[in-house]
Amino acid sequence: MKKKSKVSKGTVKKIFRYIKGYRMLLAASLLMGALSVALSLFIPLLIGNAIDCITTPGNVDIDKIVRILIIGVISVAIAALSQWVMNIINNKITYNVIRDIRRDAFEKIEILPLSYVDTHPTGETVSRVISDVDQFADGLLMGFSQFFTGVLTILGTLVFMLTISPSITVAVVVLTPISLFVAAFIAKNTHAMFMLRAKTNAEQTAFIDEAITGQKVIAAFSAQDKKQDEFEEINVQLADCSLKAIFFSALINPSTRFVNSLVYATVALIGALSVIGFDGGLGVVFSGITVGNLTTLLSYANQYTKPFNEISGVVTELQNSLACAERIFALIEEKPEIPDPENAFVMETPSGDVTLSDVSFSYDPARPLIQHLSLDVQSGKKIAIVGPTGCGKTTLINLIMRFYDVCDGSIKMSFTDKSGYKVNEDIRNITRKSMRAAYGMVLQDTWLKYGTIRENILIGKPDATDEEMIAAAKAAHSHSFIRRLPNGYDTVIGEDGGSLSQGQKQLLSITRVMLCLPPMLILDEATSSIDTRTEQKIQSAFAELMRGRTSFIVAHRLSTIRESDTILVMKDGNVIEMGTHEELLAKNGFYAKLSAAGQMNSDIDT
Amino acid sequence: MIKLLTYLKGYKKECILAPLFKLLEASFELIVPLIIAAIIDYGITPEALSPDKPFIYRMCLCLALLGIVGLMCAVIAQYFAAKAAVGFSKELKSSLFRKIQSLSFTEFDTLGNSTMITRMTSDVNQLQNAVNLTLRLFLRAPVIVFGAMIMAFTVDAKAAVTFVIIIPLLSFVVFGIMYLTVPLYKKVQEHLDRLLGITRENLSGARVIRAFGREDSETERFNGANDRLSVMQRVVGRISALTNPLTFLLINAAIIVLIYIGAINVQAGDLTQGEVIALYNYMSQILVELIKLANLIVTVTKGLASGKRISGVMELSSSLDDNGTSVPTGGADVVFDNVTLTYKNAGSPSLFAINLHASDGETIGIIGGTGSGKSSVVNLIPRFYEATEGAVIIGGKNVKEYPVETLRKMIGIVPQYARLFKGTVRDNLKMGNENATDEELVTALKDAQAWDFISAKPGILDYEIEQAGRNLSGGQKQRLTIARALVRRPKILILDDSASALDYATDAALRRSISRLEYRPTTFIVSQRASSVLGADRVLVLEDGESVGFDTPAKLLESCEVYREIYYCQFPDEKKEEVSGI
Repeated sequence: MKKKSKVSKGTVKKIFRYIKGYRMLLAASLLMGALSVALSLFIPLLIGNAIDCITTPGNVDIDKIVRILIIGVISVAIAALSQWVMNIINNKITYNVIRDIRRDAFEKIEILPLSYVDTHPTGETVSRVISDVDQFADGLLMGFSQFFTGVLTILGTLVFMLTISPSITVAVVVLTPISLFVAAFIAKNTHAMFMLRAKTNAEQTAFIDEAITGQKVIAAFSAQDKKQDEFEEINVQLADCSLKAIFFSALINPSTRFVNSLVYATVALIGALSVIGFDGGLGVVFSGITVGNLTTLLSYANQYTKPFNEISGVVTELQNSLACAERIFALIEEKPEIPDPENAFVMETPSGDVTLSDVSFSYDPARPLIQHLSLDVQSGKKIAIVGPTGCGKTTLINLIMRFYDVCDGSIKMSFTDKSGYKVNEDIRNITRKSMRAAYGMVLQDTWLKYGTIRENILIGKPDATDEEMIAAAKAAHSHSFIRRLPNGYDTVIGEDGGSLSQGQKQLLSITRVMLCLPPMLILDEATSSIDTRTEQKIQSAFAELMRGRTSFIVAHRLSTIRESDTILVMKDGNVIEMGTHEELLAKNGFYAKLSAAGQMNSDIDT
Repeated sequence: MIKLLTYLKGYKKECILAPLFKLLEASFELIVPLIIAAIIDYGITPEALSPDKPFIYRMCLCLALLGIVGLMCAVIAQYFAAKAAVGFSKELKSSLFRKIQSLSFTEFDTLGNSTMITRMTSDVNQLQNAVNLTLRLFLRAPVIVFGAMIMAFTVDAKAAVTFVIIIPLLSFVVFGIMYLTVPLYKKVQEHLDRLLGITRENLSGARVIRAFGREDSETERFNGANDRLSVMQRVVGRISALTNPLTFLLINAAIIVLIYIGAINVQAGDLTQGEVIALYNYMSQILVELIKLANLIVTVTKGLASGKRISGVMELSSSLDDNGTSVPTGGADVVFDNVTLTYKNAGSPSLFAINLHASDGETIGIIGGTGSGKSSVVNLIPRFYEATEGAVIIGGKNVKEYPVETLRKMIGIVPQYARLFKGTVRDNLKMGNENATDEELVTALKDAQAWDFISAKPGILDYEIEQAGRNLSGGQKQRLTIARALVRRPKILILDDSASALDYATDAALRRSISRLEYRPTTFIVSQRASSVLGADRVLVLEDGESVGFDTPAKLLESCEVYREIYYCQFPDEKKEEVSGI
């Protein structure tokens, strides 16, 4: 419990860091808040004075009442105006703060190590950026609009009360801490419940995410009922912990209100006795106020109790929003990729040589994968990578593209630096952006974003002309199907390619690469979903593209592999054979065996 | 929208008790000004003109007692309100989930995943908050407001007219602002959908985005959407921000009028000082209540906007009518009778006048270029999409005549994209058939050529598959999805290009084992490889959505140009032989 509240304190500090940029606005908001509070406290005082003028028939001082009421009208107008301005400022601060937080969260997503993205369910991370921030905003807005004015109202009321009756003020001051104590006690005990709720909520979001993306499969197997049951299970869990969190935190409000009604009764008692004069002995003497004063005091007691309710309501909301903020900050503070070193090279003209020296890598230290791999790839060569599933083909590409950093050893690329010297540098000393720009990559798992076909193709080269784009689409044989879409290149495709087939998506991924013509290529099963005939046509375009470009190809079609300059045969993370097709056949080893089976990327697990 | 309230049905008791206890609490509060008036008129300045202290003590004790009773009522009300709200969102989520699951593929394609995810999560939460607060506080407000008005009439009818004038004005402000902001909040949620979509895309496409060095432009895209959301939120916020100051202004104006009228009436001897104070207190109570309400209105308004979005989904009816009642009667022959398919919102048909006949137990190959409509053909069999023209007939009956579930239970489909779910291998396989024994699961795994790698995994059938099958390779996933389809021993088996990540040897072994299945399903093999359909009884060759050949592989090689081209692409050596043979 203690540890938890410490975390909260850290979170509060972090929230203030975001608010800091809006210091001036915050000051303005406080000023407006103070003005509106002071005036709204001044009004009951005026009313009390007016009531004192309303005595008995025939003795009412109407002129004085009118004078008082005119001041009242002015005060009300100014109070309302300052309240409005304050609300607008608070809105502005809140929505700007959460905009900033979301921006930071997203920027972090862009630089998170791939290992984070690969191991965390998408839905859960999304829930942090979207719903957690939303709930946090609700809490923050309430905090701004009610917390400060609440505190000001309490302090202001005490001051105004003090001017009327010190003894009543003392009684009020003695009684109210009970209310704060109760609120604090409940809030403290509900934090853990809210954390549990946020966690369960995230689990449910992840489940929903998976079920919605996989809905078609679920429908195909009529497994809706089963999924529904699984959903029900989490849903009931969530309902249980929500009920607890909501109910217990909702106790704050009635409890403080009860304390408040006690305060109200006390003010009424002491106030009434003071009006008529009372000597309780032992020096306890109440006296010296009017009926108007009593009315003012009771009105204060009411106004005074209101902020306690509000503050306690805010505390509940803050509990929830702090729990959410904690989860957001956990994402924002997630360790990013090691940043590019300050003096990192910007590789503009890669020569195409890639050297792997003694590279070792594993995702999980307990299960070594690539060990002591050395490889020298010369500019313009075609490297085919073959081997059974899990042998490290995709991992090798993860390393070459620096999606993951090697655990040991180094990968070097050579390029011509600004002064014209040829340099051979570890890729960790080259900016990721310029390093990756050297490659054109097509993966088996295609990725398209929501947007037009055009936007999706232009990803690699945003400033390409229509002619260039169409030429690329023709080379990738995607032009004919794009043309048939309702709006051609301006057809909006849904998330993840919407209703396009896998093959069409792959053609679009290829079109991207055809458009930006990078100096080096990585093709990881780039044509696996494309029909043989189209593939063959694309192959000739690829062959054209590969001429003079260093290319890494993971493919299973014999023809593609046969034409490579070097074939790497991988098994269990190691290159076990290396050479040309003929050399490897002559060796009569693992490659020859695979070749005889007619298939290079044997997916037979070994 | 109103329909959503039916999800409160199971919580009738709670829904009545929560506001009822709130009402009790509120009524007790309404007595307070009367007590204060009594203290002033009878305790402080009684008729006898000497203060009545015991009366003051009694009255103040009453105030304290009212507080205690109020507390009890409130606690009970909170409990029932929380229970009803949580229960409501539980039922709503559950039925929303069911609804989403029941939507046909057409609706799914149109809606998109992100918006459905936000509706199920963020929107339902907003609505839950709104229901909770409505039960707890929203209903309390009218009670206090009208109660105060009625009490004012019991004090003095003339002065109470002020209440009658001010209450409609207040309602106008409160509901007017709600009316203006509900559609705007709906827009805010739409912007939020966009943001969610971008976030999701950036997580799922992390590799591609980084490979193309597009982090900056993606960030820009996100920031653009984020800024638009923020602007929209501020616009709505500005309007909502009016509620509080406006109510404050109106009520204080009313108080000032009240004091003035009171003063004149007291002067005339129609009212007492205590009564003026009571009227003033009632007006103050309305103010306090409405200020509380103003803070809630945002929540309730947001809830309404979310409610509209949720009912938007709830009101979607699956474009698939499920009125069939036929029982399958043995045969699993499949006939396509002049079938044309045009997807919703598509410019032109994706399939055009397809005819096809597969006898029970036959294997049909479907081959053709990317985008030629191969998947569309097989998607019509389980009625994922509905034929726009013509009919798909299974076992002598139009597919529409079967209940959807019965129809789909006959079919084992392996979709193009191998999608698995978080859970054990067993859980995943059992999707195919809930009642399958472990033995049957193993048989299916063996038939799908998946047993070798599964048996090597720790726990075997209990091996935990991560979300979306991330801890398996593409080929492994494909073989598991094949096993999943085989577990149900389907009458019709559809392999929609589901061996693309398999090597030829495994692919061949797979086809061999499928052709040897003792229950002999009618099998459809969609593929781009001529080798995959070589063993088929007949092959449908598609080009741009039209059938250009339907015959045995051998005959197609003679008669069908497109097939020949595909074939020789894969077996170039044979072509040479053929040429040299001539």
